Amino acid sequence: MKAMILLLIGAAFVNNAVLSQFLGICPFLGVSKRTNTAVGMGTAVIFVVTAASAVTYPIHAFILVPLGLGYMDTIVFIAVIASLVQLVEMVLKKFIPSLYKALGVYLPLITTNCCVLGAALLNVQNDYNFLESVINGLGTSVGFCISIVILAGIRERIEDNDIPHVLKGSPILLITAGLMAIAFCGFAGIL
Amino acid sequence: MNKCTERLYNGIIKENPTLVLMLGMCPTLAVTTSAFNGLGMGLSTTVVLTMSNMIIAALRKLIPDKVRMPAFIVVVASFVTIVDLLIQGFLPTLNEALGIYIPLIVVNCIILGRAEAYASKNPVLPSIFDGLGMGLGFTLALTAIGLIREILGAGTAFGFRIMPEAYEPFSIFIMAPGAFFILALLTAIQNKLKLKSATNGDAPATEPLACGGDCASCHGYVCASNRELLERIADEQAALKASAKAVAKNAFPEGGAAVSMAAAENGAGKQNNDAADDGKGGAKA
Repeated sequence: MKAMILLLIGAAFVNNAVLSQFLGICPFLGVSKRTNTAVGMGTAVIFVVTAASAVTYPIHAFILVPLGLGYMDTIVFIAVIASLVQLVEMVLKKFIPSLYKALGVYLPLITTNCCVLGAALLNVQNDYNFLESVINGLGTSVGFCISIVILAGIRERIEDNDIPHVLKGSPILLITAGLMAIAFCGFAGIL
Repeated sequence: MNKCTERLYNGIIKENPTLVLMLGMCPTLAVTTSAFNGLGMGLSTTVVLTMSNMIIAALRKLIPDKVRMPAFIVVVASFVTIVDLLIQGFLPTLNEALGIYIPLIVVNCIILGRAEAYASKNPVLPSIFDGLGMGLGFTLALTAIGLIREILGAGTAFGFRIMPEAYEPFSIFIMAPGAFFILALLTAIQNKLKLKSATNGDAPATEPLACGGDCASCHGYVCASNRELLERIADEQAALKASAKAVAKNAFPEGGAAVSMAAAENGAGKQNNDAADDGKGGAKA
């Protein structure tokens, strides 16, 4: 139990997906203009990454490894993730329309998010079992969600401030992300 | 061959994927902790990009439009797996340094972006050179960023000590936050000089960038929306030309007709050329 909690905290804070591993930089910088859209994107990522970790583990352990096809991981995972996203979209649309309304726009954008493939590949590389894979996926995506929501909050405040012309737009955004990365470096001490 | 050198120039300088189009930010930030890592990542991406452009251009008439994205992803993923296995086998130190970022080349927007914007519409040979040019542009930018970070953060260049002994390295530059700061500096310089770049809204946009060039609202799903954007721009330009032609025709009925006939002939000639190019490329492939 203790090991699982440590794994969760490690994946969410110490090895934060965005700020220390640079997975999913595009949506991190692109969809962080408003806090509510950032929350939507973050929730959708939590949903998909956790599901993808749960689905890719059995495929790797029970199909690819016994057949000696471990080297096909990348190809199989990307195909599985793309179809999983489609499937999740259809299921949500049919059965939970309210959740679909909230997350629907973000789902197609997630296929090319390296966070999803990255988490699945890290699970395989670290030889996690099923439970550890799911917890690592959950932790990674919660870390993504936390950092994108924080960045969106800071961006909303920055907008009203008087920024030097040269730093307007992406430079100030990247500096903000860099300062957040320094803050997240501090979490390395807690484990 | 002229078209091929133009493609190389376009990829390395005019539409440099990292410095102008701002694509593929994940590997740009993650692996540029040293010049050697940047070079390794750049070259691996170049190989994948060139090979996948070649295959996608060769198959462009066989792949149905509706399933083109999954088809492209499978082609790219196959080449990434080949490169991954080769690096694991022959360059174990590089493999250790780049780790998970080698398989993640699959989701690098540069590769799908080029497949969508260029290779799926052009003959094989120019597509190969397009991939080579874009890949070398990426390599150059990554090596340069890696070199700057390595010199500032460790006082070395490609592993050789070049700063004096008294130099105290800013180790923050080879850690994660340094990547953001170096990139912030780069985009600030682009803003200051008003250079053409996807992140710089002030720069004069003479022609649409290959990716549509709207980083601020790009959600990492550039390819599909860009195709629509580029096609819309092309349509608008065609409509503009057509209306201009119609006006000319109305004003000078005979001269206008002659001009439009000449234009039509030009167009036909160009198409023939393209077809010939295509045949040559196909034979070579």
